[in-house]
Amino acid sequence: MEFNVNAPILFVLVGIVVAFVLAQSTFFLWRAVKRAKEIGLPQETVRKTISAAAIFTVAPAVAILVGVISLSKSLGIALPWLRLSVVGSLTYETVAAGTSLTELGLDTNTPIPTASDYVTVAAVMTVGIMIGLLLVPLLTKRIQGGMVKLGARDSRWADIFNNAMFLGMISAFLGYVFSDVMNAAHGDFTGLIPVFVMLTSAVVMVICGVAAMRTKARWLQDYALPISMLCGMAASIPLTNWLG
Amino acid sequence: MEKTVLQQKETYMDSVHRWGRIWGLTLLVLIVAYPITVSLIFHAQVNWPAFVKGFIAIGPMYWAVGIVEIFTYVPMLGAGGSYLSFVTGNISNLKLPCALDAMERAGVKSNSEEGEVISTIAIAVSSIVTTLIILVGVVLIVPLTPLLSSPVLAPAFSQLLPALFGGLAVVFISKNVRLSIAPVVLMLVLFIFVPALNASTVGIMVPVGVLFSLAVARILYKKGLV
Repeated sequence: MEFNVNAPILFVLVGIVVAFVLAQSTFFLWRAVKRAKEIGLPQETVRKTISAAAIFTVAPAVAILVGVISLSKSLGIALPWLRLSVVGSLTYETVAAGTSLTELGLDTNTPIPTASDYVTVAAVMTVGIMIGLLLVPLLTKRIQGGMVKLGARDSRWADIFNNAMFLGMISAFLGYVFSDVMNAAHGDFTGLIPVFVMLTSAVVMVICGVAAMRTKARWLQDYALPISMLCGMAASIPLTNWLG
Repeated sequence: MEKTVLQQKETYMDSVHRWGRIWGLTLLVLIVAYPITVSLIFHAQVNWPAFVKGFIAIGPMYWAVGIVEIFTYVPMLGAGGSYLSFVTGNISNLKLPCALDAMERAGVKSNSEEGEVISTIAIAVSSIVTTLIILVGVVLIVPLTPLLSSPVLAPAFSQLLPALFGGLAVVFISKNVRLSIAPVVLMLVLFIFVPALNASTVGIMVPVGVLFSLAVARILYKKGLV
């Protein structure tokens, strides 16, 4: 069979894996919804969790799709479709693909010419990220067991422990937002764009919270995160024209 | 005899782990099978010298980060959420914020069974929606490419993380002001004054932020300040 990066058979292979992932997500969703009913979680809460998660996901998912398009220049469509539907993240896949293409003497803007090169790139991307898939099935039960024990020993500390973990992660991303602000001292103001985007999102979140409290509009609270995120993303367009 | 609530809980959690392992390990086989199958179909050999060099360039860092991520994210995601998230990827920029927001709105704690269930529902829905959007995008890639690659929209997609974490930070920091001061200040100082820290290293800094935040939280808790 003659090779090209968009050969139909590649889409068939990826389609099988993607169908498997969809089946897994549906299976876990079905079981969790069933369990929610058993433990008495209000159906309204479950319904709102589903709709809010779906709406929240749209914008990040479109951003991931943009990643598929950018990687497709060299890898074709099937491989980025696989890697960004399963396991990967845009940052990792871009670095992994770029590194292996460089080792093969190829560039990121022309389609991979041979099946051998394609298999090599796919193998590097696969082996580079498989540690999570390998270890999560082995370690999750132990880690969760540790968390349950912690909660049983001291529930107050367990709550603080969880909040501290969330805040540690959020802090890292807030720090990242400011990573290029010092460039402003040298006349490059692009580093301020993420700061203003973050502030826009934060202000909109506060407005949503206050408005939801005053008007008793529950939907505003439910969708505050996607609303603030979209406002931040929209603000980035004029901000980039201004500071970029 | 009717099962007690505790027994039921153990049964549900045990089954989450059992199914999580089965699905996860099966997917691992499928993922590894992709390059092997392509190799067999096209009678193509891996270029081993390039493979080894490529892996040495990215493997040690991503394996180390991957191991640390498991210990960092699994307690936050819950069991079901972890089994799904590590399969479907995009954890920090999608699955975890989605789960945190869902648990916050539902008023459930992440270390409770209610939290486990809500987190799993949110992550499963997010995974399904993401997969379907990418699927539709792949089918319609020709008409969509000019729109999604347009320079006008490019900033919106590149600023996703600041837009996401701005809103999320308001929710969590406003409810935990004392706990958040030290990690936020540390991360701001590090990212502003250490040039090596940027978008590509934020993944490494998440565990650092989490460990520092936990250490400070423990001190504050022992002193009765939180």
